[in-house]
Amino acid sequence: MSIWVGKQTRLLVQGLTGREGTFHALACREYGTQVVAGVTPGKGGTIHEGIPVFDTVADAVRETGANASMIFVPPPFAADAIVEAADAAVAVIACITEGIPVNDMLRARAFLDRRAAADKPVRLIGPNCPGIITPGECKIGIMPGRIHRPGGVGVISRSGTLTYEAVDQLTRLGLGQSTVIGIGGDPINGTNFIDCLAAFKDDPATEAVVLIGEIGGMAEEEAACWVAGNFRKPVVSFIAGQTAPPGRRMGHAGAIIAGGQGTAAEKMKALTAAGIAVVKSPADIGARVKEALGR
Amino acid sequence: MKVHEYQAKSILAHFGVAVPRGEVTDSPAEAREIARRLGGRAVVKAQIHAGGRGKGGGVKLAKDPQEAHDLAKRILGMTLVTPQTGPAGRVVRKVLIEEALDIDRELYLSVTLDRSRGVPVLMASKAGGMDIEEVAEKDPGAIIREGISATLGMFPFQARKIAFALGLSGESLKKGVALLQSLFRAYVETDASLAEINPLLVTKQGDVLALDAKMSFDDNALFRHPDIKEMRDLHEEDPLEVEASRYGLNYIKLDGNVGCMVNGAGLAMGTMDLVKLAGGEPANFLDVGGGANEEQVKNAFRIILSDKNVRAILINIFGGIMRCDIIAKGVVAAVREMGLAIPVVVRLEGTNVDQGKAILRESGLKITPADGLADGARKVVDAANAAASSPPSPGWEI
Repeated sequence: MSIWVGKQTRLLVQGLTGREGTFHALACREYGTQVVAGVTPGKGGTIHEGIPVFDTVADAVRETGANASMIFVPPPFAADAIVEAADAAVAVIACITEGIPVNDMLRARAFLDRRAAADKPVRLIGPNCPGIITPGECKIGIMPGRIHRPGGVGVISRSGTLTYEAVDQLTRLGLGQSTVIGIGGDPINGTNFIDCLAAFKDDPATEAVVLIGEIGGMAEEEAACWVAGNFRKPVVSFIAGQTAPPGRRMGHAGAIIAGGQGTAAEKMKALTAAGIAVVKSPADIGARVKEALGR
Repeated sequence: MKVHEYQAKSILAHFGVAVPRGEVTDSPAEAREIARRLGGRAVVKAQIHAGGRGKGGGVKLAKDPQEAHDLAKRILGMTLVTPQTGPAGRVVRKVLIEEALDIDRELYLSVTLDRSRGVPVLMASKAGGMDIEEVAEKDPGAIIREGISATLGMFPFQARKIAFALGLSGESLKKGVALLQSLFRAYVETDASLAEINPLLVTKQGDVLALDAKMSFDDNALFRHPDIKEMRDLHEEDPLEVEASRYGLNYIKLDGNVGCMVNGAGLAMGTMDLVKLAGGEPANFLDVGGGANEEQVKNAFRIILSDKNVRAILINIFGGIMRCDIIAKGVVAAVREMGLAIPVVVRLEGTNVDQGKAILRESGLKITPADGLADGARKVVDAANAAASSPPSPGWEI
């Protein structure tokens, strides 16, 4: 089993006809994902690489039964693409686009929150993330599919390549993954650590979880607090940015130590206090999971 | 992106925030004229991006236009060292000449994003002129916080609530409420990431003005604010970081001697952590991004090497989409072209890794391959330590 995406997922791609959109849509299809539609306003009615293109997400959903979306729309228009997908009730929306203005995301979040309050929730993953993959079943995003194996470790991460690193270590040690989710490096996102942990808690196939955080914000501290009260499966964590200087934004918009808050040391302390196995070196993630599972 | 005080004030004034009368200049003679126009008595304020300018001697009161001239002459061109500039300080290129006002009270106001709640938050305190982080530490109860919807804007009652809590009354209350609403509008409509007024001044006459102002902006939204984008002052930024950004590289200079070139921000931070765990000190953060090509790798090398402290370089690439053979070609081309005089350790993983490793091996260059993260960190730290104890002769590498 897995969370949120699997064999039943029918994917539409917003921004399919762009260079990135095309490249990754085909890679997802090659991995085995059912890519059923593309959306590019003005190109509706055409076929791109064998995939039917629609003018609106609503059209695509009605015609193809798509229930997930992958967004490759340029940053100035990406928040609008998220809202359009949500309005069409697409259940899982993975936004890969990096560089969306914070104010645009606040508006998109307000729209998603209103839907959730009306009992019509959709799940946004990202933005600025590699996407989500259930190995062997469905890949939505830009991660290299071949390093993944089906199995029992759930992975949640704020970072892209560091996630690949962790997955690669797991696979080499014979530990497959249930679902791997990149929640993204932006300050305002759709899905946080706790959302993922709660889903992994209810997923019988997930035996352990890897949580990869980084400096900035309070998301790791909040996750630690939640784990202490709610989560019984083993959790292994690494926090990137132990050596990062305060006040400097380390690549991701969200990765900044501001006003003495959001340091790696504080996060590692909170996670350890919650009974989570925190590794200091990113090279030790896989081995520590193996140990935690007693294998 | 950050702007200077005088620029922040002009933006805030545009939205209706009251600010002292004043003008900016880079000439002492003009400073005298400005002070004359302001009525003689004036404050001369150094314009650099760092805070704490008063403590560093960058803010002075002139009793007449001649003194404004003399102070401007002294401050312009000086290297101002404040708690926020670091020991190197910043050269002052402009001064703001402002009217001197009769201070009754000094307050604090700011708007920034509350990430946990996902809303902008207005913070206010009666302890104006102090560093808000210091206030937060000593007396957290003294800070008033009000979350405000970016989509709905600030309601008048929210502004009143804050103004009352700040102890404003009568005319000052009305003026304070108007200023609060203007400040929030300025924050939202300019896509600011921070709008701070510290201190907010209440004069003996009951006026409420921004005596100092600081604004920074969401880089991702600058495309819709060409006027603000033009305010960027490259003098205030590290030249290497500016150059790196030109090539789509994300570079931050640090104090160590192990240069790092990595793809992805998280892995780049993780690599720095590993170097430190192995007993070394990273010289930089450098993220070449997800789709680095040969040209970018070359530029990344050049930027890392412009830091004279660098004794060895670790290249750590997890090629997801990026192909290792392309990276390897870029590394070989860069090392050939630049005649690297320091050791290079390369760790490649991902698509076409075997071809990538073969290219490095067959290049004939002295590039040390690494197996995995930990091995790479250990090798580069050893190399840096060895190089630090015996400085390399030119051309040692090739």
